Amino acid sequence: MTHHLDGNVLAGALSEVFTTDVTAARARCGGCGRMSPIAEAMVYTDAPGLVARCAGCDQVLATVVDAGDRLILSLAGLSAIELRR
Amino acid sequence: MSFATRGFSGRRRAPDDRLPPGQTLVQDWPVLSAGPTPHVDTADWEFTIRDETGDDHRWTWDELLALGAEDVTLDIHCVTHWSKLDMPWRGVSLDKLFENVESEHEFVMAHSYGGYTTNLPLEDLLDGKAWIATEAEGEPLDPEHGGPARLLVPHLYFWKSAKWIRGLTMMPSNDPGFWEQYGYHIYGDPWKEERYW
Ligand SMILES: [Zn+2]
Repeated sequence: MTHHLDGNVLAGALSEVFTTDVTAARARCGGCGRMSPIAEAMVYTDAPGLVARCAGCDQVLATVVDAGDRLILSLAGLSAIELRR
Repeated sequence: MSFATRGFSGRRRAPDDRLPPGQTLVQDWPVLSAGPTPHVDTADWEFTIRDETGDDHRWTWDELLALGAEDVTLDIHCVTHWSKLDMPWRGVSLDKLFENVESEHEFVMAHSYGGYTTNLPLEDLLDGKAWIATEAEGEPLDPEHGGPARLLVPHLYFWKSAKWIRGLTMMPSNDPGFWEQYGYHIYGDPWKEERYW
């Protein structure tokens, strides 16, 4: 068994860098094109960082590495993210 | 046959001296995973070394084992701050796999079933420093721990010891693998605490 949680576990880390709650935002997977809220991603937490994968195709959408004095964030697997005003 | 990669002098250092900075000793073996666990049958398993000539060097499971596995006892250090000491492993030395590989390239990208990658200098895989491991603690490696076979490079942080290994590709430059792209150190020496960028 490899455990994963849903995208809501990203809320804490992402609240450090975004002013809005990004987990509620919709985003498009750069792999399969699926459009869904970040909260629906599959997040692997038993890893050297948080790894969010697309629920449709498993592609890595986002990663968060806690480097102590820095947060290293990748959104490279997302083609776009919708941030409501 | 059994030997330790640390303490070649023959003198065992006290456990504290064998823990790199920032590490804590564990007795269990935590499972870390950045994605779904691939389940690969040894009948379908294949290992490939790809060099710049385009001629792949391939081994089936039986061909790998026919090269001769050895028992080694060594310490592993995970970047998430745990270390395990005196861990028994069994695997095939990468010296055997590279015996007939001619390459001008000095770097290697390790590729895994499931898509994981990690980069290493070739010299860190040779001279008895690295194995394709098939057993740990006297048992075949289960899929959670990277079975049927994982890379084993104990002198670097354990994310370099790619689970579910399927091949190595020679590279002219030290391109970053999965964690190396996302914030972890390009080399990863635990004794220098090379954790992040
Ligand atoms: Zn997708």
